[in-house]
Amino acid sequence: MENLNENKIKLLEETANQLRQDVIEMLTEAGSGHPAGSLGMADIFSAFYFHILNHNPKNPNWSDRDRLVLSNGHICPIQYAALARAGYFPIEELKTLRKIGSRLQGHPYRKMLPGIETSSGPLGEGLSQAIGIALAARLNDSAGSSQAKYRTYCIMSDGEQDCGIIWEAAMFAGKYKLSNLTAVIDRNNIQSDGFTEEIMPLESLRDKYESFNWHVLEVDGHNIEQFVDAVNEAKAIYEKPTVIIAHTIPGKGVDFMEQDYEWHAKPLNKEQARKAFEELKTLNGKIKSEYE
Amino acid sequence: MLIPELKLSDKIFSDDIEQKPTRDGFGEALIILGEQNPDVVVLSADVAKSTRCDKFAEKFPERFFQVGIAEQNLAAIAAGLDVSGKIPFISTYAVFSPGRNWEQIRTTICYNDANVKIAGHHAGLLTGYDGATHQALEDIALMRVLPNMKVIVPADAIEAKKATIASAQIQGPIYLRFSREKTPVFTSEETPFIPGKAEIFWESKKPQVLIIGCGPVLYNALLAAKELEKEKIGTIVLNNHTIKPFDEKKIIELAKKCGAVVTIEEHNILGGLGGAVAETLAKNCPLPIEFVGTKDTFGESGKSEDLIKKYGLVPENIKEAVKKVIKRK
Repeated sequence: MENLNENKIKLLEETANQLRQDVIEMLTEAGSGHPAGSLGMADIFSAFYFHILNHNPKNPNWSDRDRLVLSNGHICPIQYAALARAGYFPIEELKTLRKIGSRLQGHPYRKMLPGIETSSGPLGEGLSQAIGIALAARLNDSAGSSQAKYRTYCIMSDGEQDCGIIWEAAMFAGKYKLSNLTAVIDRNNIQSDGFTEEIMPLESLRDKYESFNWHVLEVDGHNIEQFVDAVNEAKAIYEKPTVIIAHTIPGKGVDFMEQDYEWHAKPLNKEQARKAFEELKTLNGKIKSEYE
Repeated sequence: MLIPELKLSDKIFSDDIEQKPTRDGFGEALIILGEQNPDVVVLSADVAKSTRCDKFAEKFPERFFQVGIAEQNLAAIAAGLDVSGKIPFISTYAVFSPGRNWEQIRTTICYNDANVKIAGHHAGLLTGYDGATHQALEDIALMRVLPNMKVIVPADAIEAKKATIASAQIQGPIYLRFSREKTPVFTSEETPFIPGKAEIFWESKKPQVLIIGCGPVLYNALLAAKELEKEKIGTIVLNNHTIKPFDEKKIIELAKKCGAVVTIEEHNILGGLGGAVAETLAKNCPLPIEFVGTKDTFGESGKSEDLIKKYGLVPENIKEAVKKVIKRK
């Protein structure tokens, strides 16, 4: 990872804005999909695909690549946009999202699309798979293979922390001290039926993970510099896996969508899309963080 | 008569035939695979010993992972290990895997076409005293409906060993089914075993019924065939160890030759081997079929041989089914 300077941060913020516009365009064209989480995670996806990950879009199966597992597959529009902009497949293909015969399935399908490590959609299953990938790196390391240097990242939603398998996985990663694994939780406080603390309270999420022997960091998920710093800090923790709880605003960047769980799985109509574009274009790349 | 080229056990019909559980064959195969292939890894969910992974764990500790009583995690971690080229075997009781973690198997293993081998143990009634909660009678059906999945049900400990070794050489998800109790070892090391290829174990001169079986109860089919021969009723007994991919060609050919079919499995008659045979014949050559298996019911506690008798899987039941199906011709 190269050093992060002011220019690079600005570039990543502009890219995040571009990804947001891509998401609006894709979902409006598709007529269905999940906008809130996709928009809320745009800054983190920009940071991953254009700064953090050691990857090669022209050689997606490169054995030393860092692995990014998207557990909450329903926010795949933002991942598809990032993959296309990074060069994994043509940008025009984004318009085929959710259409018959498309490689851009409603939830990601590993066998079809380059850059997808695991198929996902049914919630809760990404962390376990990321653990398997991290374990394989450790096995390769003890066998003296070069394919041991990669890091494994797992992006999860907060809603899917309801799933029992997440805690089975969290216990396992703690037991095996998987320090080559970094999980990111999109803490946007919404899920399909409402606010997370009403549906099934998660707090204190930090205490839960700490008691499962994880190193826990909390960041503003719209502050790219803070997020990158957290990812770097995780690399320096050798004793345990790290989870970064990234506080985000669902629908971030489009005023009428922010903080409203109704936008979890509702596409925009043409007029709403026009408004969203207008707003995003005036932001000049900079999405102001709530904490600034 | 038995097919001599298959080199089945010399003691096949004698009282002192060797008795050994199929899970032992699985355990022996894991050691061989561990030595042959550094990519083979094994995971268990708190039943390493009873599912015969303990020797592998002792010999290759760095390649054995204990996940605890967490079958969903067991399946999905294995799928992740596949992403970086490992060949994971996940080993626990069939009621829990594929019973409890079916959706993880569907999404993370089958949809991803991950190279994961699922060992379902203590399957069928041969689990004995533990009772219905631990007797998987639905697992074949659960696994054969999943795209990309292959399903193998070994008939004895030697076939179990061969099936396990073969599974590591086949790319993609495979379900292997094993029993807890000792059962007759009626094949030998020389008996051919090719995944996907059903083998004729018994053929009378004028066969009137094709008996298709899988798993340890196939032995009961051979006992039945021998007694039927004395009653001048000729049969073919087919060892159909691979439920998927199904050896349709062989089954259609032999079913046509005999004109009637009996299936025998230690599983619900719905959706398992019998179901696969019925689907194939209905499509290609509709013929009368009788199904020997559990009749849409749970099992119960008891001595295994008493259970096999109570739930209708002994040679007498197979003979009755053969006679019944002949009348329907």
